[in-house]
Amino acid sequence: MENLPLVPLIPFVSAALLIATAGRLPKMVVGLLGAGSIAVAGLLVLNIGIEFLRDPTPMSIHLWTWISINEFKPAFAFYLDGLALVMMSVITGVGFLIHLYSTEFMQDDASFSRYFAYMNLFVSAMLILVLADNLLLMFLGWEGVGICSYLLVGFWYQDPANGAAARKAFIVTRIGDTSMALGLFLLVAELGTLNILEVAEIAKERWEVGATIPTIACALILGGGLGKSAQLPLQTWLPDAMAGPTPCSALIHAATMVTAGVYLVARNHELFMMSPLIMSAISIIGVATLLLAAFTALNQHDLKKILAYSTISQIGYMFLALGVGAYSAAIFHLMTHAFFKALLFLGAGAVIHCLHHEHDIFKMGGLRKKLPVVFWSFLIGSSALAALPFTSGWYSKDEILLATWSVPTLGPWLWAGGIAGAVLTAIYSFRLVFVVFWGEAKTIPDKQPGLRMSAPLIILCVFSIVGGLINMPLEQVFPSQTNAHAAGPVAWITMTIAIVGVLVSYLLYLRQQINVEPILNKPALKKLRYFWYSGWAMDALYDRLLVRPYKLTASLLKTELIDRFYNLIVESSVASHRALSITQNGKLRTYAINLVVGIALLAAFLTGIV
Amino acid sequence: MTLALFYIAGAIALAATGIAPTRVNAIHALIYLVVSLLAVAFIFFLLGAPFAAVLEIVIYAGAIMVLFVFVIMMLNLGNRGTVVEQEMMNPSVWIIPSLLCLILLIELSLSIASLKSETNPIVVSAKEIGISLFGPYVLAVEIASMLLLAGLVAANHIGRRLSKMDQEKDEG
Amino acid sequence: MNPLIIPLSHVLMLAALLFTAGLLGLLIRRNVIFILMSLEVMLNAAALAFVGASAHWGQTDGQIILLLILTIAAAEVAVGLGLVLQIQRRFKTLDLDVVSRMQG
Repeated sequence: MENLPLVPLIPFVSAALLIATAGRLPKMVVGLLGAGSIAVAGLLVLNIGIEFLRDPTPMSIHLWTWISINEFKPAFAFYLDGLALVMMSVITGVGFLIHLYSTEFMQDDASFSRYFAYMNLFVSAMLILVLADNLLLMFLGWEGVGICSYLLVGFWYQDPANGAAARKAFIVTRIGDTSMALGLFLLVAELGTLNILEVAEIAKERWEVGATIPTIACALILGGGLGKSAQLPLQTWLPDAMAGPTPCSALIHAATMVTAGVYLVARNHELFMMSPLIMSAISIIGVATLLLAAFTALNQHDLKKILAYSTISQIGYMFLALGVGAYSAAIFHLMTHAFFKALLFLGAGAVIHCLHHEHDIFKMGGLRKKLPVVFWSFLIGSSALAALPFTSGWYSKDEILLATWSVPTLGPWLWAGGIAGAVLTAIYSFRLVFVVFWGEAKTIPDKQPGLRMSAPLIILCVFSIVGGLINMPLEQVFPSQTNAHAAGPVAWITMTIAIVGVLVSYLLYLRQQINVEPILNKPALKKLRYFWYSGWAMDALYDRLLVRPYKLTASLLKTELIDRFYNLIVESSVASHRALSITQNGKLRTYAINLVVGIALLAAFLTGIV
Repeated sequence: MTLALFYIAGAIALAATGIAPTRVNAIHALIYLVVSLLAVAFIFFLLGAPFAAVLEIVIYAGAIMVLFVFVIMMLNLGNRGTVVEQEMMNPSVWIIPSLLCLILLIELSLSIASLKSETNPIVVSAKEIGISLFGPYVLAVEIASMLLLAGLVAANHIGRRLSKMDQEKDEG
Repeated sequence: MNPLIIPLSHVLMLAALLFTAGLLGLLIRRNVIFILMSLEVMLNAAALAFVGASAHWGQTDGQIILLLILTIAAAEVAVGLGLVLQIQRRFKTLDLDVVSRMQG
């Protein structure tokens, strides 16, 4: 257990070394250092996990006191319980597989060492985030993953479009981060502490359920979670972030960083339970996002963008679960999603790598025979994503949907939304599989994925199937769910709906039995398709609403509006100076007249006439 | 009877002082001014201040006005001077000064009107003035002489011809 | 002499009138010599006021001040006429409105 601080430290040291040596080390050493540090951290986690499972009491390790002002003493301290263990395992386990994969994927890249430095730094920051015992330290990790995300999305910075995508990611999440910071300030001002356990205790004593202040605080902190996890209204950055290298998309934007928001709410669930309004809001945001993203994914033809929108959609499911109070289900889905989404992204990376950087799925085809390992990974991953029976995704998604059904009033609507989303998920994920791997080959792959790419794929395939059977040690963390068991038909529909989706997709894309081309090409429907394609026009909305007024204001201020006011003071004093200097004309008689006027006035006062 | 004499002398003084600024020729104006000064000297006599009256005549009318006349003669403007003067005087110049002086006069008269006293029928002789000059006011006398010295030096310096051109102009 | 009974207010009124007349002359004329003349008139009026006041009290002070006023007037005229000479030499005119180097 004492090795706990080493877990985030080792990747951090590796990152520092790689930055310090700045590309002077040979690629073999860099690969060993980069992937090896995560492997060591993973082994440590395994060790700690075995110990913890034997004796599941939460413990914290206090390293040093970070700030000390009056009673506010946030410390650099790590807290280990079931939730932290689960998160750590996912991060280091999936992280290691992705690092191993990257050693082959990024082999020909000139900035090999920089890549691994950033990836290790990211893993270190993410570990600090999940291990932190107070919100301030968590915020440190939060910001750390944000900066690494920026650095990795803009990894190929020579192309300005990548830089713009990185900036967009950073700025949109920044809005969320600011909201979260405001929430933290409010908590400190009201409660005087940011330690997670203390916050939960004091909040329950001081406030009643539904009071204003906890609602505001929760809303603000939720803002941060929405930003990092790419939910409505801050979801516009994730599709653009696909400009980064594919393994980093797998790690950051599928398995770990985007789940930080889910972790935030789950960790602070006692605080969030103080505000039922916010909980309902979370579930509604979850449903809205998952539907919005599902519709959009259906219309995309870029391989990575489809997966990006599907990530947004799946995180919507996790938020839905959090909103109805099914925290374990949310974390369960987080874990299984990490497996199958990482699998899908790595598979996509293999496809792109072997088809010399082709991204459009309609230009691919018939890869079933040409890239067998990739085909099987995609098939298994998409099945898990669509939640076909007995895959890991099936277990977690069903748990969520059954939990939503039992919520009063809102429940059935949320369930219906989730079901609709599930059908759409099945349709678009199998659309992807059928279009890319069946049919005639439009682009021929010029190489096969090597061992370092195939091995992680195979391991993740295994986890995507059996991951549903893992029993997470979360009993002590979350209050137990009292699910009124859903009625029979509901449970059956939940379990089998995915098959319907696959069937529809099969008919549309593989057999092409139902010919929908003439309907799809009608002009009204074309507009609708474009609307869905552009992510429900949210980018355009933000452009009109926020970006253009901002630019207008900036150009207005360029004319130095406020300075003009101060210049006015200067100008008026100069003008009055000129006016007064007319009286100094050097003519004696004018002076004499002024004198007499003065005397007349003075005499009037002095002699008491006025 | 003294009252009547006072009014007559006052009228003469006023008339002469009123006409003097309207004259075009400087010498004429100076002569009118001398008349005014003589009338005021007479008023001093009536008030029982013979020494003051004599001083007024000897110094003011006799020295200062004569100095004016000398300078005008030195300037040697001639007929051209009077023509220029004529051009300078035009009716519109009178409006604002008259207005202002009228206001001032009204104020002064308002404050004087509240006085209700008469003069003492005593003559203050020169002997008394001499005693007080050598007594309490001896310092004033010394300072006055220094002032005259300063005025003398200043007048000499300022009126000096500085360049050859000026010298030729004055001689020519 | 016969008893002199001249009301002080009349004397002062005369002084005020003389002063105002001098002031008027000062404001109207542009020629520097006339301005100096008007100054003399104003000084004279002030002297009249002083002497009248001292006659009212039967003291010598007013006449002594008259002496001082006369001294001042003499010094001032001397310096002023020196200036007049210089103005005539430099500006070739005695018009005070012209004698101004300010741009106003």
